[in-house]
Amino acid sequence: MATIALRNLVKSYGKTDVIHGIDLDIADGEFVVFVGPSGCGKSTTLRMIAGLEEVSGGEILIGGEVVNELDPKRRNIAMVFQNYAIYPHMTVRQNIAFGLYTSPLSRDQKDARVTEAAAMLGLEPLLDRRPAALSGGQRQRVAIGRAMVRNPAAFLFDEPLSNLDAQLRAQMRIEIKRLHQRLGTTIAYVTHDQIEAMTMADRIVVMRDGHILQSGTPSEIYDSPVNVFTAQFIGSPSMNLVPGAEVAGRIAVQPGGPLLVGFRPHDLVVGAPEGAFTVSGAVTAVEPLGPETLVHFESGGRPVIATAPGRMVPAVGSTVTASVAAGALYLFDAATENALGRR
Amino acid sequence: MTTALAMPRINPGRILIWTLLFLGGVIMVTPLIFMFSTSLKTAGQVYDLRMIPAAPTLDNYVRVLSDGRFLRWFFNSTFIALTVTLSNVFFDSLVGYTLAKFRFRGRYFVFLAILSTLMIPTEMLVIPWYLMSAEFGWLNSYWGIMFPGMMTAFGTFLMKQFFETVPDDFLEAARIDGLNEFTIWWRVAMPLVTPALSALAIFTFLGNWTAFFWPLIVTTSQDLYTLPIGLSSFAVEQAIQWEMIMTGAALATLPTLAVFLLLQRYIVRGVMLAGLKG
Ligand SMILES: Nc1ncnc2c1ncn2[C@@H]1O[C@H](COP(=O)(O)OP(=O)(O)OP(=O)(O)O)[C@@H](O)[C@H]1O
Ligand SMILES: [Mg+2]
Repeated sequence: MATIALRNLVKSYGKTDVIHGIDLDIADGEFVVFVGPSGCGKSTTLRMIAGLEEVSGGEILIGGEVVNELDPKRRNIAMVFQNYAIYPHMTVRQNIAFGLYTSPLSRDQKDARVTEAAAMLGLEPLLDRRPAALSGGQRQRVAIGRAMVRNPAAFLFDEPLSNLDAQLRAQMRIEIKRLHQRLGTTIAYVTHDQIEAMTMADRIVVMRDGHILQSGTPSEIYDSPVNVFTAQFIGSPSMNLVPGAEVAGRIAVQPGGPLLVGFRPHDLVVGAPEGAFTVSGAVTAVEPLGPETLVHFESGGRPVIATAPGRMVPAVGSTVTASVAAGALYLFDAATENALGRR
Repeated sequence: MTTALAMPRINPGRILIWTLLFLGGVIMVTPLIFMFSTSLKTAGQVYDLRMIPAAPTLDNYVRVLSDGRFLRWFFNSTFIALTVTLSNVFFDSLVGYTLAKFRFRGRYFVFLAILSTLMIPTEMLVIPWYLMSAEFGWLNSYWGIMFPGMMTAFGTFLMKQFFETVPDDFLEAARIDGLNEFTIWWRVAMPLVTPALSALAIFTFLGNWTAFFWPLIVTTSQDLYTLPIGLSSFAVEQAIQWEMIMTGAALATLPTLAVFLLLQRYIVRGVMLAGLKG
C-alpha cells in the first residue's frame, strides 16, 4: 500500500502540452476517481503513474519515493485496462498467474494466490476456460484477478467498465468498491462516467484540458462545484443553467443577465410552492420514470429539465411552472463561469 | 444446403469454372503421376507410357537409397531448410516486432531499407553474394548456402504487419507485470501471431527445399549438394536412366507433398494472410 503524489506534473508530445502541471496527493488506501471529457488527459496521467509514459516535467512519488525514472515493474503497481488485456492464448488460471510471472514465490504459493483471487472474484468454475469463452464481465474480473495476485501498492484502472452493458456495469461498480474495502489498496480510477465517479470514489478529481479543475469528495463536488463545467459534469440529468440577475434581493431569469443560475433537475419541482426561484415554460417533452417524471421545457432561451412528483405527467405543449427551494440554487458568474456560491 | 433433395443449382459460370479448374488440376497432376509411375518401372519399360506399370517394382528406390550420396543430399536439404526456417521465424519476427511496436529514431528509414530489398531480384544479388562468400571463405559450406536466406525482407514485412494488429494493451499489461521486453515478445506477442508464423514457416521451408539457383552456384562439392542440385547432377550422370531420375525426384517430392497434405489448412490460410491470393 502506498501514497501517490503528483508534483507539478507535465506531459507534452512534441510541442503540445497535454498535461499542464498538475498537483495531487492520493492518500494511502484512498479510492480516487479521475473524471473529465474525452481527451482531457486522464489516461495520460494514469499511464505516467504506471510508468508507461515518460514524464515531461514535475515529479511522481509513490510511497514517498520519486519514481520518474523507474520502470513500470519497479513501481509495484498493477493496472487494469479498458480492453482487459487478458491473453487469448492462455486459460483464466494462466492469465491470473501471469501477474506473478516474475515473482519469487514458490509454485505452491503462487497457486494459493491464484486460487484466493479466483475465489474472491467468483472465477473458480472458469479457471480452465480461455477468454474467448467468457463474458465481458468475467473477462474484466480475470483482469482484476491478475492485478490482485501481485499485492500491488496501488491499482490503476483505466475505464475498466466502459465495454460492459449498463446492468453489468452497475454490478461491477459494486464489486470493485467491495474489493477496495476488503483489500484497502490505494486505487486511481479513470472514467468519464460520472455515476461511477459518484458511487465509487472517496475523492473525485475533475479534469479538463490537462488541468485539474477540482478535487474533493463526491458530495463536495456535487454541493460546491467550483465552476459551471464541474457543476454540469457531475449529476444526472445535468444541472440546468439559465441566465439571470439579482433583482431586489431575489434571483430571477433575465436573458443576458450577469449571472448563470444553476439548479439540479431534481430540485426544480413542478407545482411546488413558490421557493427561491421560479421558472415557467411550455412543455417540449416528458419522460415518465415511474416514481417521478422528467419535464423538459424552455426558459430564458435555455432548455430546462424539471421533476414532476408522483404520477403527475404534464401534457406536451401545456405551460408549467416549477420552483426551486431556498438553498438549492448555484450561482455562477456569466463571464468567468466561476461559482459565486449557493442561494 | 437446405434439404438433401434440393437439386444442385446448375449455373453456367460454375460449370465453366469447374471445368477450367479440373483441366488445370489434370495438367498439374499428370507429370507427378508419371514421375511416380516411372519410378516403379524397370529400365526396359520406361518408354512404355502406360500410367500403371505392367510389373511395378521398388528396385529403383532400393538402388537410389543405397547410393550414399542421395541420403546425404536429403540430409543437407532437410538441415538447410529447417535451419533457415527457424532462423526466419525467429529473426523476421523479432525485427518485425521491433518495427511495429517501438518508436525509435530511424525506424522508418530501417523499414524502408528492408522493404526496398524486396524489389531487387535474386539474380542481381547472386554475384555480390558469390564474391562475398569467396572473400569470407564461405563457398562450399552450409553457411554459404544458407546465409542469404537467414532473414528475409518479405518475412520481416509480413511479421511487422501482423504485430501491428496486436493491441498495445497486451504488451503494456505485461510490462507492468514486470516482464522484460524479450519475454514480452516471446511469451505474449509471438503466441498471438501464430497464424502468421505458421504461414511464414511453411513458405520458408518449401522455398528452401526447392531452392536451386544459389545452392548450385555456391557449392561445388557433391557432399554439400542439396536435393535439387544432387538430382540434376544425377540426371547428367545417368543421362538415359529415366527411372532412376524419377525415383530421386519422387523421393525429393515426398516431403513437400507431406507438408502440403498435412498443413493444407495452414497453407490456404497463410496464402490469404500474406495477401498472395492475387
Ligand atoms: N501519442 C500521442 N501523441 C500526441 N498526442 C497524444 C498522444 N497520446 C495522447 N495524446 C493527446 O493527449 C490528450 C490526452 O489524451 P488521453 O488519452 O489522456 O485522454 P483521456 O482523458 O484518457 O480521454 P478518453 O476519455 O477519450 O480516454 C489528447 O488530446 C490526445 O490527443
Ligand atoms: Mg483514456
